[in-house]
Amino acid sequence: MTTAPALSAARETVAIRSENLCRHYRMGETLIRAVDGVSLDVRAGEFVALLGSSGSGKSSVLNLIAGLDRPTSGSVIVQDRDLAKLSREELAKYRLHIVGMVFQSFNLIPSMTLAENVELPLRFAEVDRSRRQTLSSEALDRVGLRARMNHRPSELSGGEQQRAALARALINRPQLLLADEPTGNLDSRTGTEIMDMVRDFNRALGMTVVMVTHERALAERYAQRMIFLADGKLVDDRLNDDRLNTSTIDGRGGQA
Amino acid sequence: MKTPDLAELALRNLRESLLRNSLTTIGISVGVASLVAMLSLGIGLQQLASRRLGKSGLFDTVVVTSRRDLRNRERSEERSGPTPGESRVLDEPARQEIERLPNVLEAYPDIRFITEVRYEDKPHLTMISALPSSAKSNDAFDGMQGTFFSSDTAPEVILQKTFAEELLGKTPARGGVEPPVADVAKPLLGKELTMRYAQRAASLTPTTPPLANATNSNDSDLAGAAYSVVSREQKLKIVGVADLDPESMRGPARAKVFLPLRLAESLHVMQPTDLREISQAASGQPVYSSVSVRVKNPTQVQVVEDAIKKMGFTTFSLLDASQSLRTFFRVLDLFLLIFGSLALAVASIGIVNTLVMAILERRREIGIMKAIGASDGDVKKLFFAEAGAMGILGGIAGVALGWAIGRIINLATNVYLRRESLTPDNFWAVPWWLVGLAIGFSFLVSLVSGLYPAARAAKLDPVQALRYE
Repeated sequence: MTTAPALSAARETVAIRSENLCRHYRMGETLIRAVDGVSLDVRAGEFVALLGSSGSGKSSVLNLIAGLDRPTSGSVIVQDRDLAKLSREELAKYRLHIVGMVFQSFNLIPSMTLAENVELPLRFAEVDRSRRQTLSSEALDRVGLRARMNHRPSELSGGEQQRAALARALINRPQLLLADEPTGNLDSRTGTEIMDMVRDFNRALGMTVVMVTHERALAERYAQRMIFLADGKLVDDRLNDDRLNTSTIDGRGGQA
Repeated sequence: MKTPDLAELALRNLRESLLRNSLTTIGISVGVASLVAMLSLGIGLQQLASRRLGKSGLFDTVVVTSRRDLRNRERSEERSGPTPGESRVLDEPARQEIERLPNVLEAYPDIRFITEVRYEDKPHLTMISALPSSAKSNDAFDGMQGTFFSSDTAPEVILQKTFAEELLGKTPARGGVEPPVADVAKPLLGKELTMRYAQRAASLTPTTPPLANATNSNDSDLAGAAYSVVSREQKLKIVGVADLDPESMRGPARAKVFLPLRLAESLHVMQPTDLREISQAASGQPVYSSVSVRVKNPTQVQVVEDAIKKMGFTTFSLLDASQSLRTFFRVLDLFLLIFGSLALAVASIGIVNTLVMAILERRREIGIMKAIGASDGDVKKLFFAEAGAMGILGGIAGVALGWAIGRIINLATNVYLRRESLTPDNFWAVPWWLVGLAIGFSFLVSLVSGLYPAARAAKLDPVQALRYE
């Protein structure tokens, strides 16, 4: 075996690569280094947890990967796209087709039913109405909410809302699922339910997952790899031995 | 995003803050209503004016004369008109041809002559002219006593008031109070007078009753320039007395006695122009000194005039006067439009305000939409669609409201006019183009109002918007 195919194979498997990624912004007179020189690689199909206390820059890194924000310097390359070089229009397309996002506060649009919320990305993708309806009911089916598709988010429990948000994130079959504290507003039982679903999608669809959390226990239970951030810098990056050992987790969250 | 999706989402968003958006839409509709009300008033007044003018015959009449008329020859040659060789005789076929032109209502010969009229054995020399039956609708005859001619050939006569006074032996009161028409008419209506006139007749033809030889059998002989003048009398019944404003009808008003047109034609009265035209009447058809052409609409006078000029005749109309009238109404419309638009301008500020508020309220929603893949353009279009939907809805409501306001004003004014014993009239018109224009304009104004809010919404930073609670 020569090195060339191995190299290209390696390049193929890298889903996200950031090099010396920085995101600085001014708040009055002070310069805040939210992300300060982060370099990391995420392989395709990997389940990575970004850990850190609040203000560590983990959400900022996620927003940069999601194409919601632009780096001050450095680069984020997702599936061979240098996000810093994309136009606003191209970034929107990238968010629409490549990325699915789940948030701590679910972020469903309150005036729309679940079905409408789930099919909203398909509207932006200009998918036909009939195809939209098929896909959205399929997606809601997958998360067990088909019966509630005509309810508004306010009529549902937190867990159900997050399941709907997950269905929406996956409707465009993204290659990348980004989750920002997805269980932060949920009790541990429903949190587990959501995380099980995320893991299933990761395994079944080969989807790359990057999850921001401050709960170490959650990361240890589900992520293959844990990246620790503090003050905008990467402080630790390790494979999750606990998970590999499939040892039991007592549910107590560690500090980052 | 596709247009139906945009419309659907926009309407949904409008329903979400129903009160605020309804108030804004009502604001637009009031603006549109004032615009529609103002403009339809302007259009209505214009239509009223041109209806009145149309009736008066001032602005829709073209007088046609032959270029061979000696008086006009030099002048027409100076202009760029056709050479005298191309000019034509104004005879019956020419009249028919003119009548067949588009936009022409009718073309009738002007018959006018001075002759003696006897009433109670007293002779009166006067100018007599013929009226077509269409003159009945002319509002110059609105205040007439008696009736219009019973038919176009009836031996009947309508008198000008001043001549009626003359017949009664009254001298017109100078500076004094004029007697009402009714008082003058009363002793005359139904009475007979005798008109003595010179008949132009072919010398070969035995004298025939004037009414019988209405056709051209006589005139065919005129080609030989052989004709004689026969003195004749015609008894006429007075059916009406009218107080005509000498200025209101250009042609016939200078005359004091009016005959039905067909009757006058059949009399073959010798006219001052006959001597001149007689040698040219080769066609064997009656030849006219001038023909009055009534045009369907004052705006088409120019077109008709041009067409007749092309045929080789000289024309005259009061087009210039009607043009300055049209200019006046354009300016009036413009002013009404500006005042009407002011309310719409205020309403458009309401749209800006509502949409800016909506951005603040829906910041998070915009952030979500961007996070799941909406482009700047999608967000912009969505706000545009909301502005446009408010514009269209407001426009439709405004047209209805403006129409209703107009009807009410029209009704109220007519009640007032009736109380003042004036003739009520419709000075209010909402043509279809105005409906379309108003809705379109409202839509356009709304889109312009949506420009700033839409651009602002599109530029929203999704990270900040999502942080916003």
